[in-house]
Amino acid sequence: MQPHPRLLIWLPALVLLALVAFCLSLGVGSTPLSPAAVWQAISGHGDELSRMVVLQLRLPRAMDSFAVGGLLALSGALMQVLLRNPLADPYILGVSGGAAMGALSALFAGLAGLWVNGAAFAGALLSILVVFALAHGRGGWTPTRLLLTGIAIAAGWGALISLLLVLSSGPTMQAMLFWLMGDFSYQSSDWLPLVVIFAGLLLWLPFARHLNVLARGETLAEALGVPVRPLTLAIYIGASLFTAVAVTQAGAIGFVGLVVPHMLRLTIGGDHRRLLPAAALAGGSLLLVADTLARSVAAPRQLPVGVVTAAVGVPLFLYLLNRARGPL
Amino acid sequence: MNGAPLLEANGLSVAIAGKQVCRELELSLTAGQSLGVLGSNGVGKTTLLHTLAGLRAPATGEVRLQEMPLTQLSRRSVAQRLGLLMQQPEDSLPATVLETALIGRHPHLDFWRWESHADVAIARRALRTVGLEGLEQRSQTALSGGERRRLALATVLVQDPLVFLLDEPAQQLDLHHQLSLLGLLKQRVESAGRALIMSLHDINLAARFCSHALLMFGEGECLQGPADAVLTAENLSRLYHTPVNAVSWPNGRAFVAG
Repeated sequence: MQPHPRLLIWLPALVLLALVAFCLSLGVGSTPLSPAAVWQAISGHGDELSRMVVLQLRLPRAMDSFAVGGLLALSGALMQVLLRNPLADPYILGVSGGAAMGALSALFAGLAGLWVNGAAFAGALLSILVVFALAHGRGGWTPTRLLLTGIAIAAGWGALISLLLVLSSGPTMQAMLFWLMGDFSYQSSDWLPLVVIFAGLLLWLPFARHLNVLARGETLAEALGVPVRPLTLAIYIGASLFTAVAVTQAGAIGFVGLVVPHMLRLTIGGDHRRLLPAAALAGGSLLLVADTLARSVAAPRQLPVGVVTAAVGVPLFLYLLNRARGPL
Repeated sequence: MNGAPLLEANGLSVAIAGKQVCRELELSLTAGQSLGVLGSNGVGKTTLLHTLAGLRAPATGEVRLQEMPLTQLSRRSVAQRLGLLMQQPEDSLPATVLETALIGRHPHLDFWRWESHADVAIARRALRTVGLEGLEQRSQTALSGGERRRLALATVLVQDPLVFLLDEPAQQLDLHHQLSLLGLLKQRVESAGRALIMSLHDINLAARFCSHALLMFGEGECLQGPADAVLTAENLSRLYHTPVNAVSWPNGRAFVAG
């Protein structure tokens, strides 16, 4: 596609959306700040308190949730190409199940903080390897084989997670449930997800036209000169690692990775040169807004952000789905 | 027509799932030639086409594109010169008709390039050729079976290869489109120095549009030659295990079963 006229509208619109989401997130909370006050704090002026609130409390969490939302949406868009299935989401191949199993095992063992993150990441990696080894089997995989293997492994993780929940009690169980719903209130590293999403976009954008061809079918892509095997392998590993980083930061936040790429396919079309950056921006913005709501709606109580993404996303998605003309 | 062969098969043996598709097959296709591949269901026509396209490795022998073995060429370099129309559309994500046709430009574009206005013009022209004008922004899933078939054909036309490998191009097309599109391909092959291999189930289309024919009898047995010589009532009766008769009519021959 030549740079489509709609690209010129959507890209700035999504950047603006992201900026608004950041302003909202940095301003809203137990100490409300106006956008002007937020800007003063960021630029190093303003009073001590607002500087501390913005720079040390809200900004790290905002960057984290923005990056996680972007990673999930990016991963979802890639998984949909890999499986040529619009129902694919980042968790469909069991990465989040493995991460959850790791995190919950750590919580079960009484560990906290970065131990939980580390265990989650290890669990995700384990799951990626197991699914890869089983689906790849004797040479080659098909989308169906990959999908079924992933779903079977995910079901296995689900059973183990239920077992852990049943075996634990009281506050441990509540911590586990929060983790499973997705939650940003844990200590997490601020920069890693942002770095991963920037690096991921830079790596994937040059191959976006290849993704467009692969989305039309594997044999066709091969016949049109796309190196299908290395590309699908790279998508599997890339998308799984994005998911692993996201899940490690904030638990298995539902919905963003499935619905954001979908909403974008309905609005700006299926060209991945537009879709990938748009997914990163829109996914990030959606999760940032959702997290802001999660920590402010019932303050001082924090809601799991996964509940909020569903509450914001489900109606929005159903509206777009009904508005779309013709079959999908 | 003379000249160096565009596509050759040397000593090509292909087997799939323990079944022999062809044995020591020798093929040579020069510019202007069109080869019709006929045979009963499951005899391996698709497998042979995919092998010739380099999508599967032969058991023995090799395929050469402009005198270079396919195995020594990059996929991209093959795709610039060899186009495949598949028998069945694969599972795919939603896209518009124009986006789908534009995919055919992929092997011709440099890594960083976006499709230019010229590429879009090529795609629009191909859509006009197959009669899908005005449906450019329609979702490809909203097309009928025959329209989708023409869209797949348009994608191959956009790819504009030297060698066309078409797996049942006439399938799902109405009579008008069968004749107009195969006629268009024949004309392109003859006037623009292209070559064409297509599998067909309609003997009369093969007799009308192919200069050469390859009959696949199963068990690896093949018979090939100029269409006039190979397409006889006797050969075709043996090919389909069904009596086939040739009837003359003012414009040539026609084949009827029974």
